[in-house]
Order: sequence, then C-alpha cells, then structure tokens
Amino acid sequence: AGDGSGPGGSAAAEVGEPPAPQRVLFPPTFSVSEIKNKQRRHFMFLRWKQQQRKEKLAARKKRRKEREALGDKAPPKAIPKTIENQRVYDETTVDPNDEEVAFDEATDEFAPYFNRQTVPKILITTSDRPRGRTVRFCEQLSSVIPNSHVYYRRGLALKRIIPQCIAKDFTDLIVINEDRKIPNGLVLSHLPDGPTAHFRMSSVRLRKEIKRKGKEPTEHVPEVILNNFTTRLGHSVGRMFASLFPHDPQFIGRQVATFHNQRDYIFFRFHRYIFKSEKKVGIQELGPRFTLKLRSLQKGTFDSKFGEYEWIHKRREMDTNRRKFHL
Amino acid sequence: CFPSQVVWDTLGNRQFCSYKITTKTQNFCRNEYNLTGLCNRSSCPLANSQYATIREEKGRCYLYMKTIERAAFPRRLWERVLLSKNYEKALEEIDENLIYWPRFIRHKCKQRFTKITQYLIRIRKLTLKRQRKLVPLRRKIERRENRREEKALIAAQLDNAIEKELLERLKQDTYGDIYNFPIHAFDKALQQQDAESESESDAEAEEDDDEDKREFVEADDSDLSDFEDMDKLETSSEEEQEEEEEVEKKASHPKSKGKTPLKGPARRKRPYIEIEYEEETEPTTKTKAA
Repeated sequence: AGDGSGPGGSAAAEVGEPPAPQRVLFPPTFSVSEIKNKQRRHFMFLRWKQQQRKEKLAARKKRRKEREALGDKAPPKAIPKTIENQRVYDETTVDPNDEEVAFDEATDEFAPYFNRQTVPKILITTSDRPRGRTVRFCEQLSSVIPNSHVYYRRGLALKRIIPQCIAKDFTDLIVINEDRKIPNGLVLSHLPDGPTAHFRMSSVRLRKEIKRKGKEPTEHVPEVILNNFTTRLGHSVGRMFASLFPHDPQFIGRQVATFHNQRDYIFFRFHRYIFKSEKKVGIQELGPRFTLKLRSLQKGTFDSKFGEYEWIHKRREMDTNRRKFHL
Repeated sequence: CFPSQVVWDTLGNRQFCSYKITTKTQNFCRNEYNLTGLCNRSSCPLANSQYATIREEKGRCYLYMKTIERAAFPRRLWERVLLSKNYEKALEEIDENLIYWPRFIRHKCKQRFTKITQYLIRIRKLTLKRQRKLVPLRRKIERRENRREEKALIAAQLDNAIEKELLERLKQDTYGDIYNFPIHAFDKALQQQDAESESESDAEAEEDDDEDKREFVEADDSDLSDFEDMDKLETSSEEEQEEEEEVEKKASHPKSKGKTPLKGPARRKRPYIEIEYEEETEPTTKTKAA
C-alpha cells in the first residue's frame, strides 16, 4: 500500500491528478517512458497496461452486444490480419495478363522446354564424399524426377563437369551439398546456358521417415503443382522447377509433385492422389520431402566468381522486414 | 677446446637449450637454421662453426652459410645465396658454394632442397584445384530461419492447398476422361441436391448416363458412358479405356501400359459388366496423409 500510494502520490504531485488506479488520466503529452525512476516508471507502466486492457475488453464487449443486437444485419466480422495479408506489396508481382512478362517468358532459356523442343534430362550429384543419408536422398530424388541419373562426384570440378554434361545432352544439373552428414544445400543449374539457383535445403525427410507413407513412386511422369510463385523472381524459379519434369504428365500414375512457396520457403512434397468423388480427393505422401530457401539466382551456368547474379539474398536488407517476401 | 665443442657440451648434452624439444624417442631442434630438424652434434647450428642450410621464402629457395670467420659479427653471420628456379642448376649452385665443405652438410642441404621443391610444387598444384570455402553458420540466423520455416509450414496448409489444386484441375477438365465423375453442370446440380455423402448405391441410382457402375477403384475400369464418349470415339464405338492393376502392382508391370493415358491406341475391350475391386490396395490408397 505504501508503495502504491508513494509513486502514485508523486505522480499525482507531478501531474496533478487523483491517484486512483482505476481511472488514470494523463495529459496527452505525458508518456510513461519519461519518468526517470525505474521503479516508479515500471509501476506507472503496469497501471497504464491494465487500463489499456480494460478499455479493450470493454470495447470488445460492446461490439459483441451490438452484433447480437443487430442479429442478421450485423456487419461482417473483420478479417484477422495474417502475415500473408499484411505482406508488403512487391512491385515485381506478375500480373497474369502482363504481355511483357509473357514475351520474356517466350524468349528466355526455358522456352525450348515449354515449346516441347527439349526433353528434360537431369544429372544429380553431390559434393565430395557424400555420406549415407545424402546418397539415399539422391536416389530417392532420382526416383521422383523422371529421366534423372545420379553420378558420384569424386572430386571433379563443376566447371569441368558442365561442358561434359552439355555434350551428353543433359538439360539440368542438380548438386546437393552436404555438411556433417546431412544435405543442406541445393544448386540447380539449367544446362545449356541457363540460370543457376542456389538454395538452402532443410527439413529433409527420407521415405522411411515419413509417417503413413505409401509405396514406392512408379515410373509414371508426375504432375507438377507450383503454388504461390507470384513475383517475377518467383516466376523464373517456378519455371526452373517446372522444367525439371517432362511436359506431359501421365495421369494414370496419379502422382503429383508440389512446389509450394510460402513466405519465401519452398516446400517440396510428392504425393499420390485419388479422387474419391467429385469433391473429395485423398492424398498420400510418398517420396522424400524437403524445404528450400533461395539464396541466389545467377544468370549463366555455375560460376561463383565471375557469374552475373540476378538476385542474391542480402541478409541485412532483406531479413529485417518481416512482411516483405521476394518469391 | 674448440668453441663449438664447448657449446655442444653445455647446450647439447648437459644444460638447457631453448631450441631443444625432447620426446620419448627423439630430440628435435627448433632452431630455424637447423638443417635436419633433429638435435645432433652435427646438426646443431649453434654447435657448428661452419654450417649451411636451405630455407625458402615466398616460393624461392636460399642457401644460408655460416663460417668461422664471421663468428664475431652476428649481424653478418649468415650469408644468403639465392638459388635458381631450375632444380638441376640449383643443385649445381649448392655444390659450387659448398665446395670443400663436409660431406654431411652438402648432402643434407641437397636433401632438404629437394624436399622443399617438392612441397612447393604440391602447393602450386593444390591451389589450381577447387578450394573449398568454409562458411561459418551463424547460430542466431539458423535459429531464426528454422523458426520462420516452421511457421511458414503451418501457414501453408499444404495438404489443403494440394487438394484444392487437384480438385480445381479436375473441374477444369485437365484430366479429360479418365475420371468418371459427371462433371457437366446438369449432373453437378443433381449431385448438389443430393446429400454430401455419396455412397456407391446413391451415385449409381442417380446416374442416368447409362453407366453401369461407379468406380471407387483407382481410376481403373472406367467405363466410358456413351455421352461422355462422344468426342473421343473416333476409333471405335465401344472401346473403353483400361487401366489395369499396373497402378497397384507396380512391381510386376512396370511400364506395360504406360503410354498416353487417354487416347492411346492400346485399348482393350472388356466385358461390359464387371466390377473389380482391388481389396488389398484400396484401404491404403484411400487413407489420407494427414
């Protein structure tokens, strides 16, 4: 009681108001942070907080009463704010009808794939000396992506591998980087002179670690779902993923590979689906799953020193705003 | 007594030498001018008034020599000679400079020079190969990214999103004729009037499309009804698509009928009234991956 009345009393002396904890009035220019004494400041802050809470509760009750009173005519509830709602509008968001983008995409490096002139052929490899988990992951990944081959790295330089791959007609190169026995990075390079994307890979689950999984994926060409790739950068990355799979999916196989982008994290899943009815579909997860986060996108094939980077993740600028996403 | 002998008697054997490192089996000498690296009477640069070494600096090898005449001038004690880059020529230069010197020193100098050139070659070769760059992980950033990834995963609601997308595709007819759900508006209206739960009997009862059966079998045995067939019936009137159990028994028929699903020439006639259920696989494929 003494403490309560002390700071309250002094505040009253400063401000000239009755020290009632219930209704505390402050002049508009006063802020709790101006009190130099920490104890008093803390006390005043708590009182202010209580007051805020009371006001909020009262407002909420009032609103609820009004809503009940109006019944059917009540205004609709306010939409809660989510990070996706509050996302900072990115000016490079692609409009579906944008002609410039359409023209760009008709003439970029993936045009031959989308015009069905080339059939994707993928080479999957790892960094030096892969450990068991990475090797198994590579195998599973190659079972998911049709027409893909796994080769051991054996200390070869990427810059030398790439011309050989181009000579052997590969269209894409995937390098899975490993650290401490788990895969943690992915470099995806479109071969005949295409862009190279470097991702950070996390949450890798092999087939046996997925609960309630199905059987092995078959050889059928899966469908591809690309979700939420809205910006221009997202579009290019999405096209890169799409060009890994052959263009015509075999619907008999009922397999679908999903790349879902949420807040700049790309989740990869591989499912088998079945339509139970027109409105219900059941999905069952097979195949590995992993999450990717784009670190850099480079224009040519893999060249870390002299390459021209289209986009690099700059930590200090891009990580500060929690509502701004780039993909 | 020779001064070198005195030095050896004190430092080498009896008293403390700061360059000496003793291990269980051997004594080493840390002196930078030492020729062999061991602590011996003949290898100690302090205990020999006439001594020579090879040292390399920035990839070039030098021959250092010490003679008795300069023992009084510590600053000028060690004479340095740059050796040629050519291996044989350098060996000759060593021979020239150390002519009339004890055999041991000459021999050891040449050995040391050989070793040094070998490791310099190795360094040059390694720098040409790929050099792995170690990037340190930052704990705070890793933790932050993992947390954000979890939250993004929850916000993504992947299963729902995938199901929605698949149903969208079904509605937009991308699957064409494989699935036998009546997708025309008239039937949709009918179905909407019906209850939510569509059992087989229900569906069969309300279908007026001359379909005999409703398959909840993995898109197998899909009978094409007449009116759905209209656009696809160029080849024959009553051909039906058949997707066998290859979808289930993958091990046995890996690619037997894996050609174009819809209009491939490999269609087979089937008896019209036949309802097949694959019991063993149905339950598993019907469970949702929650």
